[in-house]
Amino acid sequence: MTVKMAKSQSDPKYENYSAYSSRNLWSGFLFGLGLVSFLDEVVFHQLLHWHHFYDKSMSDIGLISDGLFHAFSWVATIGSLFMFADLQRLSALWLTRWWGGVLLGAGAFQLYDGIIQHKLMRIHQIRYNVDILPYDLTWNISSVIIIAVGIMIIFRTRLKREPSEAITHE
Amino acid sequence: MNNPDHIHHRNEATIYPIDWGVLQILLGLLLLLVVVMYIVAVIISNRRYKQWPYSRTLFWVLGVFFAAFALIGPFADRAHIEFNAHMLGHLLLGMLAPLFMVLATPMALILRTLPVILARRLSRTLKSWFVRTLTDPTVGSLLNVGALWILYCTDLFKVMHQNIFVHILVHLHVFIAGFIFTMSIISIDPTSHRRSYLYRTIVLLIALAAHSILSKYIYAYPPNGVPAAQAEMGGKLMYYGGDVIDSVLIYILFYQWFRATRSRTSLSKDDRNIKVIKLTD
Repeated sequence: MTVKMAKSQSDPKYENYSAYSSRNLWSGFLFGLGLVSFLDEVVFHQLLHWHHFYDKSMSDIGLISDGLFHAFSWVATIGSLFMFADLQRLSALWLTRWWGGVLLGAGAFQLYDGIIQHKLMRIHQIRYNVDILPYDLTWNISSVIIIAVGIMIIFRTRLKREPSEAITHE
Repeated sequence: MNNPDHIHHRNEATIYPIDWGVLQILLGLLLLLVVVMYIVAVIISNRRYKQWPYSRTLFWVLGVFFAAFALIGPFADRAHIEFNAHMLGHLLLGMLAPLFMVLATPMALILRTLPVILARRLSRTLKSWFVRTLTDPTVGSLLNVGALWILYCTDLFKVMHQNIFVHILVHLHVFIAGFIFTMSIISIDPTSHRRSYLYRTIVLLIALAAHSILSKYIYAYPPNGVPAAQAEMGGKLMYYGGDVIDSVLIYILFYQWFRATRSRTSLSKDDRNIKVIKLTD
C-alpha cells in the first residue's frame, strides 16, 4: 500500500485525488445506499416476496422513515451516478475510495434497515411465518461485515498529507 | 355494473346536472384545440426564428394524449368505478402528462409567437410576485402532494364521486398542480426566478417521500367508500408508478445540474488543448 501511495503521489492525478477525496467517498456512499435499497426492493419484495408492502404493526414513524428513505434512495442512486460522471469529467475519479464509500453506504443502510426499521419501527419483517432470529442475525451481521470492509478501504485510501488542498483551483 | 366493489353506487349518484357524454365531447374538443394551437404557434415561430425542435412538439402531443386518455373515453369511465383505474388516471393526468408538457416549453413558444408588446406584458406578469410564489417548488409541492393528502384522507373523495362540479375541479387541480410542480422542479421555460439546484433537490425529495407515505397510507386506510382490495392495488400502483415517473424527474433535474456545472471544467478535448497551450505559454 505504501508503494502504491508513493506511486500515486508522483501521479498528476494525485492533486485531483486529494482535492476530491471526500466527494469520491460521498458519491460511493450515496450509491451504496441507493443500490442496497434497490436490491432490497427487487430481491426481497418482488422476487422472493419475503418483505411485505405494509405491515399492520408498523409505527407511524416507521411509515415516515420508510417513505423518506424510499425517496432518498432514488435521489441518491441517480445523484451519486451524476457525481461519479462529474468526478470522471474532472479527472478526479478514485475508484478504490469510491468503492470504500459504496460498501460503507450499503452496510450502513442495511444495518439501519435491519435494526431500526425492521425491529424498532416494525415496518416489516425479513420474512413471515418462520423463525426470524437466524434471518435477523444473518442480515445484521452481514451489514456489520460490509461496513467493516468499507471502513478499512476508506482508511487505507486516506491521504496522509494533502499538499495541494490549500491551493485548489475552485 | 355487476361488480359489487365499485367505488360508489352509480344509481344513487347519477343525478348529474350535465350529461357526462356531452362533457366528454367538449373536453375532447378542448384538448384537440390545445394541440392545434401549439402546432399553429410552432408554424408562426418557425417563420421568424430558427426551427422549433420537433421533439418539443412531440412532447406536447404526448402530454395532451395522456391527459386525454385519463379524462375521456372508456378508461375515464372505468376510473369512475374502479379505484386502481382512478389511480392510474391520476398518475397520467397529474404526473406523466405534465412532465411531457413541461418538456415542451409552452411558455417559450408563446413568448416567441405573441406580438412584442403582448410578449413583454406577459414576461412582466411572469416576473410578478404572484407567479414567482406560485412557481416556487415548495408551493408547487403543497399544491400537488398536499392536495392529494386532502383528497384521499377527507370526505372530498366521496363528494367528488357525487358531484360532477367537484369532480371536474379535482381533476383540473390534479393536472394544474402537477404541471406547476413539475415546472418548479425541472422547467427550462423562461420562468422568472429559478431556484438553486440544491433547494429544488431537497423539496423534490420531501415531495417524493410524502407521495410514498400517502400511497402506503391509502393501502392501509382505504379512502371513503373504497373496498380494501382495490385500495391495496391502488396504493401499490401509486407507489411504484410514482417511482417510475419520479425517477425521470430526478434524472432530468440532475442532468441539468450536471450540465450547469460544466463551466468550471473543460468541455471537450479541444477546449482542454487550448487550456494546456495557454498554461504552457
